[in-house]
Amino acid sequence: MAINHLAPEQTEQFADNIVGFARALRSAGMPVGPGAVIDAMSALEVIDIGHRADVFTTLEAIFVKRHEHALIFKQAFNLFFRASEEWKHMLDSVPLPEQAKKKPQAGSRRVQEAMSQPRMTETPQHQEQDLRLSFSDKEILQKKDFAQMSAAEITEALRAVERMRLPQAELLTRRHRPDARGLRLDLRRTLRASLRTGGDIIDIHRLGRIEKPAPIVALLDISGSMSEYTRLFLHFLHAIGDARKRVSVFLFGTRLTNVTRALRQRDPDEALASCSASVEDWAGGTRISASLHNFNKLWARRVLSQGAIVLLISDGLEREADSKLAFEMDRLHRSCRRLIWLNPLLRFGGFEAKAQGIKMMLPHVDEFRPVHNLSSIQELITTLSRPLPPHHRSLIRSAA
Amino acid sequence: MTSAANTSGANTSVVLPASVDSMLELLTSRGYLAERSLATVTYLSLRMGRPLFLEGEAGVGKTEIAKVLSAALGRKLIRLQCYEGLDVSSAVYEWNSAAQMIAIRMAEAAGDTDRDQLSSDIFADRYMIKRPLLQALEPDVAGPPVLLIDELDRADEAFEAYLLEILSDFQVTIPEFGTVKAPHPPIVIITSNRTREIHDALKRRCLYHWVDYPDADRELAIVKSRVPGISAKLSQQVVRFVQALRNQDFYKSPGVAETIDWATALSELDARSLTPQVVGDTLGALLKYQDDITRMQGDTLQKVLKDATSE
Repeated sequence: MAINHLAPEQTEQFADNIVGFARALRSAGMPVGPGAVIDAMSALEVIDIGHRADVFTTLEAIFVKRHEHALIFKQAFNLFFRASEEWKHMLDSVPLPEQAKKKPQAGSRRVQEAMSQPRMTETPQHQEQDLRLSFSDKEILQKKDFAQMSAAEITEALRAVERMRLPQAELLTRRHRPDARGLRLDLRRTLRASLRTGGDIIDIHRLGRIEKPAPIVALLDISGSMSEYTRLFLHFLHAIGDARKRVSVFLFGTRLTNVTRALRQRDPDEALASCSASVEDWAGGTRISASLHNFNKLWARRVLSQGAIVLLISDGLEREADSKLAFEMDRLHRSCRRLIWLNPLLRFGGFEAKAQGIKMMLPHVDEFRPVHNLSSIQELITTLSRPLPPHHRSLIRSAA
Repeated sequence: MTSAANTSGANTSVVLPASVDSMLELLTSRGYLAERSLATVTYLSLRMGRPLFLEGEAGVGKTEIAKVLSAALGRKLIRLQCYEGLDVSSAVYEWNSAAQMIAIRMAEAAGDTDRDQLSSDIFADRYMIKRPLLQALEPDVAGPPVLLIDELDRADEAFEAYLLEILSDFQVTIPEFGTVKAPHPPIVIITSNRTREIHDALKRRCLYHWVDYPDADRELAIVKSRVPGISAKLSQQVVRFVQALRNQDFYKSPGVAETIDWATALSELDARSLTPQVVGDTLGALLKYQDDITRMQGDTLQKVLKDATSE
């Protein structure tokens, strides 16, 4: 069939159409740069543009760089190259990814808060008192459960979390760099140095292995029972993601959502906003087993392949706890370097693993930690920065 | 954009296909039954001189296309298998230090004391060990080679970043030696199984294509062409069975490579048609996880088998 948008003799209109199509894709949330448009034009010159399927494949190969975008592309293509001028209205029916929706302005909340601060009118003595008070406040804050904090305290806690930086828990890679105490001989540099002295080898240069932080994969439960903690944990994950590149974050309630890209934005407010926009099941029920199944099937091979540490942040309150849950936990455990379960319920002194789901999950974790206040997050950071055992199998597991 | 791959003056190589249809024919003539879309992107990558980035599940024929392409076009195939820790010395070049040292000793023994001369002597072409990427940039009588960068997702990010320069300019800078630039860019095929996301910067320089499982008809044709001795009835049952397995919720669905393996295994065993016994014995050729095999036992197996063998 002929596509009248692409009539070759009308070169100007032809270019306009490609540009228009690229713009449509961009507004649908796909990252399409100007380079791709130029590529598309030169590609369309060498194929038969009367052949709709070939045009489709050609444009797809150029504009789509992630498999996830293929669906959006297909719909956009069909809309754009079917009707002429009405594509704009029709595009509304395409399910747009969240980046395309209008974002709230970043930092608006912080600006608001800053503006609403009372002016400083106190006398110096008052300030001194306040300082003492706030110092002890801080201590209380460290121990206070996130669920019981007032709005102001949460703001304070958020700030503390934002300041947290994860030291590098190192993994030895198979790459090398110059290192005076390294074990491998760097013949190339040794030879180059020797040329300076006319061929006598005076200094032996060595290579050592490069260390780099282990990737972290966080699975965060966003069901109703966790709602008091979710925002703080997201802040925490954003803060550590800032310091090291390889942090992947997944949210799950009744379904699993990958928010790694959304969280990667520099500004924490903007990151959290785009993160929450991409999730459909905030504060709903939990289906841990189904979510883990999806993770294992779709993502585990992609994000766990380089010896990742998994942080599973959940209270483990699962209604449909059956053997499937144990199976999925076991699979998850076997595919990562270390599985750390962070559970806010552990804050209660006499906590016992009574719930069915928790009993199912517990044998498959390497570590089971409370995470409900600032000091427990601080402890977590200490744990994560310890050097890693080559492949850690749990004590809990052998005890269970 | 000029298609440099097209301008090689070599006469031994096959003329590049001039349309999507002839690309399709070329691949088919070598036993690779490609979807039209795959033929289109391959054709484009040749014409535009752009690397082709193929993603998809394991065993759908991503690596195979590079092999077929090099055979069909009469070009040399240079393969770089990626792994974690792949670095410049094993991917691009390395100096032959032992030979260099001997050269230095020889120069000393001969009383040669000109240091500049010595350093330009020992950092010369003949002391360089060329690894796949550098080999791919060298001119070849048969025309620019096919460079297969296999399973890029297994290499680490640092190597991926290094590839950016090579893939956009087809040149390598060697500190002691200078810049090596390919007179004609090689045909580059990059594959990834998505065990890690490849950075957008790299994908942007390539034509991207997702290679999917073939539909039943195409898979049947593939089995017939790759397992010649197989009976029509058995091959049909095999393909139906495998297609049904892909609809199951398995940890790892069988790819086309597994289908061919399985069909070969069955034909080696002289099976006439699928029976629970023979399927049970050979399931390991299709499914590679114990959990998946366990799930396939009992009722599920009966049901899938019944569907596959019913006329």
